Amino acid sequence: MLEGLIIGFQTALSLKMLIVVIGGCLIGTFIGMLPGLGPMSIIAIMIPVAISMGDPAAALILLAGVYYGAIFGGSTSSILLNAPGVAGTVATSFDGFPMTQQGKAGKALTIAAIASFCGGTIGAILLMVFAPMLSSVALLFHSAEYFALMVVGLSAIAAFAGKGQVAKAVLMTVVGLIMATVGEGALFNFPRFTMGLMDLQSGFGFITLAMAMFALPEALFLVLHPKQISNSEQGDIKNLKITRAEAWAIAPVIGRQSIQGFFIGVLPGAGATIASFLGYAVERNIAPKNEQGQFGKGSIKGLAAPETANNAACTGSFVPLLTLGIPGSGTTAILLGALIALNVSPGPRMMVDEPQIFWAVIISMYIGNLVLLVLNLPLIPYIAKVLSVPRNYLIPFIMFFTLMGAYIGQNNATELLLLVGFGIFATALKFANYPLAPLLIGFILGGMLEDNFSRSMQLYDGISFIWERPMTLMLLIIAAILIILPSWRSNFGRKSHS
Amino acid sequence: MALERWISLIFLGIILTYGYTAWFAMDSNMAPFMKRNPIWPSTFPKLLSLLGIIVSLFILLGFEKDDQRRAEIDYRRLGDYKIGQAVGLLAMMIVYALTLRSLGFLISTASFLILSAFILGERKWLVLVPVGVVASFCVWYLVSEVLNIYMRPWPHTLLF
Repeated sequence: MLEGLIIGFQTALSLKMLIVVIGGCLIGTFIGMLPGLGPMSIIAIMIPVAISMGDPAAALILLAGVYYGAIFGGSTSSILLNAPGVAGTVATSFDGFPMTQQGKAGKALTIAAIASFCGGTIGAILLMVFAPMLSSVALLFHSAEYFALMVVGLSAIAAFAGKGQVAKAVLMTVVGLIMATVGEGALFNFPRFTMGLMDLQSGFGFITLAMAMFALPEALFLVLHPKQISNSEQGDIKNLKITRAEAWAIAPVIGRQSIQGFFIGVLPGAGATIASFLGYAVERNIAPKNEQGQFGKGSIKGLAAPETANNAACTGSFVPLLTLGIPGSGTTAILLGALIALNVSPGPRMMVDEPQIFWAVIISMYIGNLVLLVLNLPLIPYIAKVLSVPRNYLIPFIMFFTLMGAYIGQNNATELLLLVGFGIFATALKFANYPLAPLLIGFILGGMLEDNFSRSMQLYDGISFIWERPMTLMLLIIAAILIILPSWRSNFGRKSHS
Repeated sequence: MALERWISLIFLGIILTYGYTAWFAMDSNMAPFMKRNPIWPSTFPKLLSLLGIIVSLFILLGFEKDDQRRAEIDYRRLGDYKIGQAVGLLAMMIVYALTLRSLGFLISTASFLILSAFILGERKWLVLVPVGVVASFCVWYLVSEVLNIYMRPWPHTLLF
């Protein structure tokens, strides 16, 4: 591990990487602050830039910096305007905004930044410990286990993302997998479902799909229903000091939520949103009776808990990505797509074959968190000016960058028409509460899932690998339980209720 | 019928077409030696089509508990939202896609930014036009010169 750390520091502390991580954090903070634009959209918009850098380590560091910055930016708009930029920071507004109303905006921002820094840093330490352990176990896996593991991952994502509507999430996953089969696959060298169109020969573009699923519907929602925001009550934004007693009060909260948030982040499909809400609920429940009443009215513990948990969960979500090559969330799925575009295959071999990327990403997480605390926090009063950019200028730019991302990704104007078509369809899916992340994750994992399934079929001359390999069978049973149990509970609950 | 069921019906139609291709049309084009393999290019799509049909029917026939969550936008009251602006911007995106090559990056981008802001209600031309033009030049410079991705700045007929 020490050798890996040295490699990581050498790569991540080069001038180029430092500029990349600082730039990523600043861009993420700027855009993450805008209500309605989540980290997935921001990362999708930044992918062409990352890919054009040509260096996988730099690309991943840039996108990870953008991810952290977006979460931090989302917290800022939650605290200052009660308008969370991302779902993972909704819980931050419960106590952050009341603090702003009490004239303690600067203090709230400092607590959020410290909590984020500690959550991210402790998460990165845990990642450093657990990722190599999980990688060494994963090296023992064969293609059959990989296939089963991906099915577990997709099932878990569907179970979590469905929010009680598991069938919808499963359908979205299947549609994503179906879309992944379009084009000429590497395994068969045989065009499938191309309808004779040359433009579909290489399949649908991942960037186009990512933009269409996230950035475009969010931009259209901003057009349809402009969020009413007012920045009249920002209080004393420049006074960033907190007292020693306040620091002592939030220290145990930060410690607990760093660990809890990290492990929630590791779970496929759980992510920063669940981590932040759960963190908030846990801290409110274990707080002394006299402090419980303060939650929701400007409690510093209530602010520190979700902020720590969401950043630790962001770090935790990198564990399945880096060690198994399986994204646990929509955001890490987009990161995986970017890595595949750069000819890097995350997974257990990554630590051995590409240690400079693996360790540089981990080290850059420390640096990213430090940048957010040292650089972004003092700049917040100035960065917050982005909130005053008029909607009439902002939305055309978001749409333009969406178009540019799709165009640069494939250098093909047909891609832009596909983007608009998919974007309209994704917006209709959003109207009906169909979760979009499982579709993209299914699309990204589809190729790998089919490759591993096909290899297992070839090795065992059929599907006997399912019962001949106990681990595969066990994983597939877990996947089935993950899908069936929530549906059964939901239906059982309905019957007993009626 | 609720929108979610209409959508599942659309998906069912798409998946049935996909499944028909996988089960009945795809294998006929396959080379004879590939037919000796335990796995064919159509194997995985066949499995997916079965799964997709089952799940679509599950939603369509109402086996899943009704979604009680309120969507961010109520599609039944679309008229209450700024639907005209949204349609206008989508039309602008299509026009941009169709004119990007023929008009060149700078003219099409500046026009897109200016006209989109106009659709959204912006009328300060003295701010709008310079912002659109300068932003187009800046993005073109970044993409072409910094990222080294070639994009023709002007139409064919203009020499630059």
